[in-house]
Amino acid sequence: MYGNDIPEQPGHARLLDEVAAAERDLTGRGLGGDGTEGGADDYFGAVIAADGKIEPRDEMPEAYRKSLIRQIAQHAHSEIIGMQPEGNWISRAPSLKRKAILLAKVQDEAGHGLYLYAAAETLGVDRADLYEMLLDGRQKYSSIFNYPTLTWADVGAIGWLVDGAAIVNQVPLCRCSYGPYARAMIRVCKEESFHQRQGYEILHVLANGSPEQKAMAQDAIDRWWYPSLAMFGPPDTDSTHSAQSMAWKIKRFSNDELRQKFVDMTVQQAEVLGLSLPDPDLRLGEDGHWAYTQPDYDELFTVIKGDGPCNRQRIEHRRAAWEDGAWVREAATAYAKKREGATV
Amino acid sequence: MSWPLWEVFVRPRRGLNHQHVGSLHAADAEQALRNARDLYTRREEGVSIWVVPATAISASSPEERDAFFAPAADKIYRHPTFYEVPEGAEHI
Repeated sequence: MYGNDIPEQPGHARLLDEVAAAERDLTGRGLGGDGTEGGADDYFGAVIAADGKIEPRDEMPEAYRKSLIRQIAQHAHSEIIGMQPEGNWISRAPSLKRKAILLAKVQDEAGHGLYLYAAAETLGVDRADLYEMLLDGRQKYSSIFNYPTLTWADVGAIGWLVDGAAIVNQVPLCRCSYGPYARAMIRVCKEESFHQRQGYEILHVLANGSPEQKAMAQDAIDRWWYPSLAMFGPPDTDSTHSAQSMAWKIKRFSNDELRQKFVDMTVQQAEVLGLSLPDPDLRLGEDGHWAYTQPDYDELFTVIKGDGPCNRQRIEHRRAAWEDGAWVREAATAYAKKREGATV
Repeated sequence: MSWPLWEVFVRPRRGLNHQHVGSLHAADAEQALRNARDLYTRREEGVSIWVVPATAISASSPEERDAFFAPAADKIYRHPTFYEVPEGAEHI
């Protein structure tokens, strides 16, 4: 139904291969192969050292548990809030085909949020409490979703750049030391690749359309490039959570390593589109990596603190959706109670 | 007011066992099945779904992992590789 006619994205197959390899490693581990045969005193430390997986009811340091809850919840919130910038275009998609695709994509984001909330709940928290913390600002979501989607081309730029950056971030999480998070990430990454391709296709079509369409695509890239680079977080020198997360094997690569990987993949993809990245200082270094201009980290922190273009609007919308849906939740509960009574 | 938690098991295709894929919240079993379909089988990942109230599952405790599973560890004679087969015997 949705015939696609776009060139293959370089680097893409390799990332998906990494997801498949992480999945094979999970299923291929030998009997009892958590590396701790013989009952080590420090079970947690032994599992981490052996590159094994920590599972929900295992003993684990309180700080590990807290750190995971913070990261997984923030990740889940990002998926849920992330539905809004694109949801904004569902009713105005340029064709029925694009509308169906965008609906499926936004539905996937809801699904990703739910996989992640489910993973967080295995650590002994309640989804309703996490949700409260999102709504009252105690927990954050990715700052990228506080930027507005001004034109249809923004939907393309989000798919290509924002989902592209998310994939680079998420693929290593498929090997994270916490089993439920790693398994959720494998599911998410497999689905995410459709998101990135549909965005790239939108931009490819616009780039080969009228001069106005091409200009619209370029404008979207100009606005989304630096916020996408900022998605990888502050530079390694300023990152507060990184070192401990790496030691626990939650994170596998530093913010700057992942950002570089994303830039290296994306430069060539932009060339294929015939569009440019808004960085006059992009240079291919002798080490094979692209030198690039850093995003404005002051802006990143301003947006994280709540003063981005759409912060208030995003949370307000979510709160309204939650409150407007109260009668549905109550009705379903009442119906379940009534039927339970009927069958006794 | 929070809906109860359900664990979801999906049979990927005929001939395979149901496998645990995750969990979700729902008011009752019927809604849990519908939510599970929307959440875990959007790309034909399954031909059959079980949903089980999370509270109905009894699990072995990870703290007892050694003692609980110990009886199996020293019975290597339960594996065919334990036995010596004389030279020349076929189909065994």
